[in-house]
Amino acid sequence: MTAAAAATSPHAWLQAQARWNRTEIAFWLATLLPFWLFPDYLVLASQIAITALFALSLDLILGYAGIVSLGHAAFFGLGAYTAGLAAKYGWGEPLTGLMLGALAAGIVGYAASFIIARFRHLALIMITLGMGLLLAELANSLHWLTGGTDGLQGVKMWPIFNKFRFDLYGTTAYSYSLIVLFLCFLVARRIINSPFGLSLRGIRENPLRMPALGASSRAHLRKIYTISAVLAGIAGALLAQTTETVSLEVLGFQRSADVLVILILGGAGRLYGGLVGAIIFMVARDQFSGNTPQFWYFWIGALLIAVVMFLPNGILGGLAKLSSAWRSRA
Amino acid sequence: MIAPVIGVLFDGFAYGMLLFLLSVGLSVTLGMMNFVNLAHCAFAMLGGYVTVTLMNRLGWPFFASLPFAFLLAALVSVVFERTLYRRLYRASELDQVLLTIGLAFVSVAAAAYVYGTVQQPVQMPSYLRGSVTVLGVSFGVYRLFLIGTALAITLLLVGALEYTRFGAQVRAAVDNQRMARGLGINVEGAFAFTFALGSGLAGLGGGLAIDIVGLDPSFAFTYLIYVLIVVSVGGLGSIGGSFAAATLIGISDVAGKYYVPELGAFLIYLVMIVLLMWRPAGLFGRR
Repeated sequence: MTAAAAATSPHAWLQAQARWNRTEIAFWLATLLPFWLFPDYLVLASQIAITALFALSLDLILGYAGIVSLGHAAFFGLGAYTAGLAAKYGWGEPLTGLMLGALAAGIVGYAASFIIARFRHLALIMITLGMGLLLAELANSLHWLTGGTDGLQGVKMWPIFNKFRFDLYGTTAYSYSLIVLFLCFLVARRIINSPFGLSLRGIRENPLRMPALGASSRAHLRKIYTISAVLAGIAGALLAQTTETVSLEVLGFQRSADVLVILILGGAGRLYGGLVGAIIFMVARDQFSGNTPQFWYFWIGALLIAVVMFLPNGILGGLAKLSSAWRSRA
Repeated sequence: MIAPVIGVLFDGFAYGMLLFLLSVGLSVTLGMMNFVNLAHCAFAMLGGYVTVTLMNRLGWPFFASLPFAFLLAALVSVVFERTLYRRLYRASELDQVLLTIGLAFVSVAAAAYVYGTVQQPVQMPSYLRGSVTVLGVSFGVYRLFLIGTALAITLLLVGALEYTRFGAQVRAAVDNQRMARGLGINVEGAFAFTFALGSGLAGLGGGLAIDIVGLDPSFAFTYLIYVLIVVSVGGLGSIGGSFAAATLIGISDVAGKYYVPELGAFLIYLVMIVLLMWRPAGLFGRR
């Protein structure tokens, strides 16, 4: 791939990257299969779509811009609480609720991005971790607003377009989450396959050289961090709307760690990494965790160690390596 | 009026000393190899469980089980260092974070499997219970003992680092690893030893922590956050920095929970973020 790309101009390379290939189309068609194959698992499917969107938002900053975040659940939780509170206090319209969630996460993300863009390495990890914990503590202490550890009760959603009611089987929830995921994916794909996306990868590889080339790295980092916060906020709002409740867990460290695991498992720095990771992680958790969730983390931990040791680019990276090895032999 | 303030300061200082024991090893190894070890508190938890097992199942006295908490944590950590950690010294911090979070997850699940998720009860010897009252302020005996132990260990560590040949090698490796290698110092060996020592101290801290904060499988993550705060605020590779930061965090946490309980741990995180924004390399950090 790289040898061929070096010969053509950057624009031609980007265009080639942006073309839809058959695997991608097949992937998105396959996301419709649960409607017919597993109609009993549509609630799980909608959770997967939401988690995939959250992982995609982390991929934008971690996989492409190299910002390691241990507190990304902050934006997920902000979106969830905003949408949940809007619905609880009389505005249960889903689409505007989604936008409110995105807006709240975006504003806080934009404010935080000024801090984030200045730091790297351990300080960055600690600051993202600290901001996540700070928000979780805040939600816990604002008991009168968020319900604290009891969770936010009484979220009532109106039907989408006054027509599609959220049902018990998750048909509406899955359709809704899937459409939102697909639209957000298109946005992310467009961003990544643009000159801006390329310069993000440049910043990831060498944050000092990019400003020397004339691309302001802090401004770029601020932009992508805000975009990522917006996407995470949308994912959180989706969860609040489809489950009609918000628990403190949406802001927890566990959620930040889980999404990191999902992304690494699937393959960071690849658009489909978070999506594939979310499918595998959520299905495995549904099948294996049962009533002993703490043992489930044994396997997650073992898996993380194995991925870091033997599969540095995740499952998709491993597959890409296999397929290129197979092609060069043929 | 004054008595409660002194009481809070005393409890905070004792808590800070506990945090210092738990975090000093991580500070030195992070400074030396730049290795982000999020499994550090898993070794502390191991020390805690060793203490509990020896005391409750085998009936050992508290003071006899503490050295074993140290030794076993040190031993297990050096096994992991030789088999897993050393492969990632040159990897990105993300890979290091992932590997060590993975280890911490495994340790939490293993602890839950063996001991269950309940708090481990432990009966301290009678001479460490109760409190002494001086000028109307009561000081817990166990906390006095904790402070004494931590101060003794600090003196030992500082002495060893400042006045021995090995200490000079460790300081050289923290300051400039490449130069130290160039001078023929066995950095890997010194690191493995320091790593074992640091994890051992964490294990000892884990054993000492049971009476104050309790012990359950979530220990590896709950105190990891405090330890990371101490390390990043104090500055990497600086024992004095860790000491100052641990005292600061311990006192502000206890004071915060005493005077404004509704804020919970909020204050600590805020203190950390503000301090890090002011000095990203920590209060006493050089880089």
